[in-house]
Amino acid sequence: MNEVYTWAGVGAVVLTSVAGDVLLSKTMKQVGDVGKLWSKTGLITVIRSVVRIPYFLLSLLAMTLSFYSLLFSLSWGDVSLVAPAAASLTFVGNAIAARIFLHERVDRRRWIAALLVAGGVALLAA
Amino acid sequence: MTLRKYLILAGVTFFASAGDSLLSRGMKDVGHISFSRIPDMLLAITDPYIVLGILLLLAFFACYMTALSWADLTYVLPATSLGYVVVALMGKFVLHEQVPATRWIGILLISAGVGFVAGGPARTDNRGKEGSAHPALGEPVSSRVKS
Repeated sequence: MNEVYTWAGVGAVVLTSVAGDVLLSKTMKQVGDVGKLWSKTGLITVIRSVVRIPYFLLSLLAMTLSFYSLLFSLSWGDVSLVAPAAASLTFVGNAIAARIFLHERVDRRRWIAALLVAGGVALLAA
Repeated sequence: MTLRKYLILAGVTFFASAGDSLLSRGMKDVGHISFSRIPDMLLAITDPYIVLGILLLLAFFACYMTALSWADLTYVLPATSLGYVVVALMGKFVLHEQVPATRWIGILLISAGVGFVAGGPARTDNRGKEGSAHPALGEPVSSRVKS
């Protein structure tokens, strides 16, 4: 039964952290090149244009949820299972979500990269 | 990709792993915390390792957001995953931990993945006409990618 809780927790971590990353990426793509915006208009304008985008607050909310679901999962399962499982599934989840929601062209090169990194992260903790 | 952009990606990699390591070191000083002893969590903020860890993680977040402003999510994430390798190598050479064969294979896989994604373009979504939400950056996204 505890195993079910652990994997449900891992699923929640993956889902919320993918949502957080995708929403943050969507925010920053709308803002545009931060370096150029900074040199043209100053830091205050950069911060204001980031905070003004509603996706940004949603992204912070998702990341907070992800942090707490990680805490709960760690209390249900071993850190050596939960941390690498969540990290490596997040890489794969992000590749899928970026393709669907951010319209990034996830070509073969990027798929191989995401899978290699996901596998590597899983092995690091094995 | 300019040198400045590579430095930002290096910043994402370095600040994330260094920040996490410092937090982990600091939490060993603080010890076990539970929901019944919430005030103990406030005590954690007085630990110098925790303070430095939080500062580095803030720096990580700033670099991460900057990178996402000119590169794809599926580019930034694999490209900055070298942090895992750095932490493992630090464990080996600084803390003199035993690194088993499976971990070396993991390090190899991650490095190969980083090489794969770094060889490709940083930005692939063709939202060229939309440009920036801010009028100061009115030029199309596609013209900014090639640098």
